[in-house]
Amino acid sequence: MQSALNFHRDARAVVGNPVLRAGFRGAMDFLMAKRAAQFPDEGAFAELRAAGEAIRRYSLARLPDLLEQLERNLTANGIRVHWAETPEEACALIIEITAKAGGKLVVKGKSMVSEEVELNHALAGAGIDALESDMGEYIVQLAGERPSHIIMPAIHKTKEEIARLFAEKVPGVDYTDSVDALIQIGRRVLRDKFRETKVGLSGVNVAVAETGTLCLVENEGNGRMCTTVPEVHVAITGIEKVVEKLAHVPPLMTLLTRSATGQAVTTYFNWISGPRRPGELDGPREVHLVLVDNGRSGAYADPRFRATLQCIRCGACMNHCPVYTRIGGHAYGTTYPGPIGKIISPHLLGLEATAPLVTASSLCGACGEVCPVKIPIPDLLIRLRQQSQGNAASPLIPGAGAGRKRLMATAMGLWSRLYGDPGLYRLFAWVATRFRFLAPSRQGAWTDSRAPLKPAARTLGERMADRR
Amino acid sequence: MSTGMPPPRSYPAKPADVYLFGTCVLDLFDPEAGVSAAALLEREGIRVHYPPEQTCCGQPGYTSGFPEEARRVAAAQLSLFPEPWPVVVPSGSCAGMMRLNWPALFADDPQHLPAARAVGERVFELTEFLVHVCGTRLDDRGGSRKVVLHTSCTARREMGTHLTGRALLAQCAGVETAQQAREAECCGFGGTFSVRQPDISAAMAADKAEALEATGAEVLVSADAGCLLNINGTLEKRGSRLRGQHIATFLLGRLEGRS
Amino acid sequence: MTARDRILRRLRSAGVEALPPPVLPAAFRVGGALPGEAPVDALRRNLEGAQAVVVDARAGDWRAELARICAARGVRSLLLPPGFALAPWPEGPALRRFDRPIEEFKTSLFEDTDAGLTVAGCAIADTGTLVHADPAGQPRTLSLVPPIHFCLLDPRRLHGSLADAIAAEGWAAPMPSNLVFVSGPSKTADIQQTLAYGAHGPKELYVLLAEAPAGPGE
Ligand code: SF4
Repeated sequence: MQSALNFHRDARAVVGNPVLRAGFRGAMDFLMAKRAAQFPDEGAFAELRAAGEAIRRYSLARLPDLLEQLERNLTANGIRVHWAETPEEACALIIEITAKAGGKLVVKGKSMVSEEVELNHALAGAGIDALESDMGEYIVQLAGERPSHIIMPAIHKTKEEIARLFAEKVPGVDYTDSVDALIQIGRRVLRDKFRETKVGLSGVNVAVAETGTLCLVENEGNGRMCTTVPEVHVAITGIEKVVEKLAHVPPLMTLLTRSATGQAVTTYFNWISGPRRPGELDGPREVHLVLVDNGRSGAYADPRFRATLQCIRCGACMNHCPVYTRIGGHAYGTTYPGPIGKIISPHLLGLEATAPLVTASSLCGACGEVCPVKIPIPDLLIRLRQQSQGNAASPLIPGAGAGRKRLMATAMGLWSRLYGDPGLYRLFAWVATRFRFLAPSRQGAWTDSRAPLKPAARTLGERMADRR
Repeated sequence: MSTGMPPPRSYPAKPADVYLFGTCVLDLFDPEAGVSAAALLEREGIRVHYPPEQTCCGQPGYTSGFPEEARRVAAAQLSLFPEPWPVVVPSGSCAGMMRLNWPALFADDPQHLPAARAVGERVFELTEFLVHVCGTRLDDRGGSRKVVLHTSCTARREMGTHLTGRALLAQCAGVETAQQAREAECCGFGGTFSVRQPDISAAMAADKAEALEATGAEVLVSADAGCLLNINGTLEKRGSRLRGQHIATFLLGRLEGRS
Repeated sequence: MTARDRILRRLRSAGVEALPPPVLPAAFRVGGALPGEAPVDALRRNLEGAQAVVVDARAGDWRAELARICAARGVRSLLLPPGFALAPWPEGPALRRFDRPIEEFKTSLFEDTDAGLTVAGCAIADTGTLVHADPAGQPRTLSLVPPIHFCLLDPRRLHGSLADAIAAEGWAAPMPSNLVFVSGPSKTADIQQTLAYGAHGPKELYVLLAEAPAGPGE
């Protein structure tokens, strides 16, 4: 079950672990530098980013029409389209497809939506094995963990840890911490599985309505394996990932790869517009697309939360997030960590399970500044905080008010009364300055890591009055 | 506007009068900075008006998800600036709140929205005002000093005040400005974030303190009152010798040969 | 009511107004690729930047280059596209053609094929991308499964940018069942951000530039 209810505890554990902290710091520095090198010209970046935003907003504005057009064209191309409102429905559909194909194993390319709907768990319940084939995902699965980053799933692991993991879990493998050797071990194990499996699964980076095409970008080739070698290919994605035209794809994919890993282009760009056709010698016999809602239509209903769905899952917001850098991805307890996780998870899981996340930002704005499709993440966080505190005019998210704490609400009420009334405030300020020697040396969480706050001898208001 | 810099604003000619909005933090914790800001403006031949009823821009409530509470506080400021004079604010995040977030805060409040917009448009952060409106020339009388500058995240990203702060320091012949590692990274203050997520906030503040100390600077200078509370509190608890000073206090000291 | 109907109804009930079509930056419009560098030089620079080896055989014989690399890399078996004519050469690898459905020779494809050879349909200069747009003529696994990938490219089939390629190749009507872009050998940085090649696809990519290379049924 995904939930952020242990956020504070889990975050504290990472903050107190210097090895993990240094690992995340180093990895984020690396990714930030790589991205920066891809956008040397501010003006060109601004223009490209504006186009990315415009494409996503244009597509979302026409979302229901585009989804129907996509379905029509995919169907005409021989791809079967399925719709799922909930994670359970999505998993049931995939189990059914797999069972029909007589599959006992699903080999998976990278798909965050499959994590979101907890597909592996559901497959296991139906007696079907799921095997992750993205190297990072494979490592994480072998360790019995979850990805800690949406682009770099095993970013929290050192190569020595991975070396020990392989030596322990992969039959016939001796300890080696050579990265090349480790990758070759993974390659060997997974190749056999690509060859054997009847069903391969993938995500979708963007779907094109006018042609009925599923686009996938990747570097490793496992995505191509999963979508090419098995008899059945199942793609799973959120309903927001659709654009109208082929011409809309290049700017978005450029923004995606540059923002994500600092690459102008990925090794592979795979455009899938149908199963194997007569005369073709490979490729799947069946292709399915599962379109998942899971709360997205709820975000869509609100004109401001709708911007959340512009996301192209590049991960740049987490790479630049000072909070993510300190605590990594697991502490969030949700599929999507970092800033994008904070703004999307409440729609997917409700505020009861995610309330701690919306407070976990200093609103520094680093995320909004790098987001390639200009999602105003800090503004959305403020709006989510209103929902979480039960202070919004209308509850838009399941669990609105779940983050409300009596103490905080009382403090805010007092603050408002005090600072909303100049006379009362003057009195308070006079007392606070005259009795400043009474300032406590313990001031809650503030003084855990800081010296106590002590008012000045006289207020600025008084001193300015003197100057006249 | 949390996706980067808004379009560049156009600046008025230097006025004869301005309002000073001192902010709640300076009022209670660093009045010296407010007084210094007034002195810097007066040096430019500008009359400074300080409406005594002012309290706070409402940011703490707004960013914590308490818009009604925030509106009540912010609304109490709206009638304090009746003349069409600029409102100068010696704190970046408060200036940003008034200029960029008041319209959102009052979006559903037609009674206050026009005033909130009208005042917000006249708000300038202090260093921004000195550089772009006053064209300040500083006559540095201080000795040689190595300083390091910290700028609040929102002020940097929404108003570019790290540039104006840097420009003012660069006018001081005796001042060498050190470069800190990861200059643009947040110090971990974030208003109520510092007490609602104390562990993460403390880790961020500690890293910031380390980066600042590593520059070997003698003074930390900042135009942002909230960040200074956080960083100074952290530096003090760590037993560091480095302390932060508001940029207004620092610059005035330079002009008077004190800092 | 089905899940589909409920989802679409919820989306429609938001009553979102249409927006004007997005304006694309010049570089993403047809003919907008940056001039200056010759396209073939850009292609080469980008491919080499991605660790591919580019061999310009326009002046000579690409077969000789192929033979040279096969010898140097110890290639013992080379898989060719269906109907592709290439005469074996002394001490050269065993030549086989991908002329059956993959199911009929999966094991040998995965286990004893050292290299695959494809003919790119076209290429994109500004990203260094080889395009395989004809799954019937160039089976998809040929550029994926064998550890070494040779790709023949006629440099006259070069487009400046992806936008140019989309327009000029007329993919939209209708799209091939599978369009594969290759911009280097397979790679990963999933272990401690350390780059390693040959993650799941070919570890080595050799691009042979040759005008009108032998096509199917040469
Ligand atoms: S919110 Fe923006 S920066 Fe973050 S993953 Fe999505 S697109 Fe990338």
